[in-house]
Amino acid sequence: MKVVICAGPATTGKTSVLRHMIRKLLQAGQRPAFLKLDVQYADEDETLAAEFGIPTKKVYTGELCPDHCHVMVLGDALQWAATEGAEVLLVETAGLCLRCAPYIDGGLGMIVLEATSGMNLPLKVGPMLSLADVAVVTKIDRVSQAEREVFRARIQDVAAQVMVREVNALHGIGIDPLVAQVQATPDVDGPLYLRGNPPVGTCTICVGKKEIGWRAHFGVVRALESHNFYRGE
Amino acid sequence: MIQSISILAGQGRHGRREGFDRIDMHMGQVVSIVGPTGSGKTTLINDIELFADGDTPSWRRILINGRPAPADFRYNPARNPIALITQHTTFLSDLPVREFLETHARVRTEGPHAPQLVAQAVDFANQLTGEPIDLDNRMTELSGGQTRALLIADATVICSTPVVLLDEVENAGIHRTKAVQLLRQHRKVFVFVTHDPRIALLSDFRIVMQGGGIVRVLTTSEEERGVSVHVNRLDDALSTLRERLRGGERLTESNWKEVA
Repeated sequence: MKVVICAGPATTGKTSVLRHMIRKLLQAGQRPAFLKLDVQYADEDETLAAEFGIPTKKVYTGELCPDHCHVMVLGDALQWAATEGAEVLLVETAGLCLRCAPYIDGGLGMIVLEATSGMNLPLKVGPMLSLADVAVVTKIDRVSQAEREVFRARIQDVAAQVMVREVNALHGIGIDPLVAQVQATPDVDGPLYLRGNPPVGTCTICVGKKEIGWRAHFGVVRALESHNFYRGE
Repeated sequence: MIQSISILAGQGRHGRREGFDRIDMHMGQVVSIVGPTGSGKTTLINDIELFADGDTPSWRRILINGRPAPADFRYNPARNPIALITQHTTFLSDLPVREFLETHARVRTEGPHAPQLVAQAVDFANQLTGEPIDLDNRMTELSGGQTRALLIADATVICSTPVVLLDEVENAGIHRTKAVQLLRQHRKVFVFVTHDPRIALLSDFRIVMQGGGIVRVLTTSEEERGVSVHVNRLDDALSTLRERLRGGERLTESNWKEVA
């Protein structure tokens, strides 16, 4: 099973890019399955199943952060995709807090960014960009060519090794090289690991402590006038 | 080296086959695309810019020196030999002009010329627009005319590409005659999408569009070259009157007699 993990801010066109990739994978005789992770609403699983007749599934991450949820469910999802007879599992996830990245070793990591989002976006999305294999830039028809080129340069300034692919997801232009990359991705095997290091996990806020002020918390904390420090056992 | 760029026929709306087989554009030529709004002019230049290979809704194919474009041209915009100046008259980019141009010059050129290019580009742009651009302006603050002027300057000076596509360059407050003069100094293929008779008649040939497809290709005739002299005179007259109006003046009968 090949695994493609597609992340990116909301409404950048992740589903549109994946839709074109699914069409081309099917044309190439491959059997994809699709998993959508979203916090509270998604219908892409239904629309893609209706359009292509492929196995799809969605998970609402709810109380869990999307990347946490992704780590929990991906093992099961691979088994599900295998029982469905799929050869490629495409996972679409939101990647919300920009401290983690959902990509796994051995899979293809793909971030979708829109050319209209401002020149500082590449600096703001952290490991979701820097740990990706491919950065897909959508909505290229909405900006001037000069801006496209400068946006690409801004991506490569923070993530020099990430391959940048401009696509027009409206008409499916520029999708072929993405599909070629999926096909060149090896099958995953054995225990799977996240590609990047997750942020510090001892977070008292994550476990429900709501009181304001660092004195009420332990683990890695910080005061207004100092950097992070460790407090507690 | 790029010598020529060719368009192979596809189809217009409703699958109607286009009225030509192949159009070749050679270095040094000026070409116009004419036709009513909605006739597919912008789609055609988008096809050229994307090196369409039967993979766009028009099914057209674009050849470079008679062959399909190398993958590098299609997938790395900094290697793209085509500069497209679209009808967009606003920038979305939230950078100062200097940083934007410096970044662009850095990816488009090798070697230490970038700072000179930036100065040249702004100088070029300021010959086209009435309101000078300052390098410290933010891109998003530029007016429509400044934006268009800067894009033309960027395409000509920084990209320095052999092919330049200009989508309705006449629409946004730039010095049109000056633009054509400056552009003519560079040996490139210039493709103008235009409603402007002056630009259309100055072309070597024009591509006529209807209903999403190319219906014919007209080489500018000797007679038309003669007519273009009159068109230019009319256009100059109109420009003089326009400038007076823009300058807040009243028009008089004698103003008209001076120019007519």
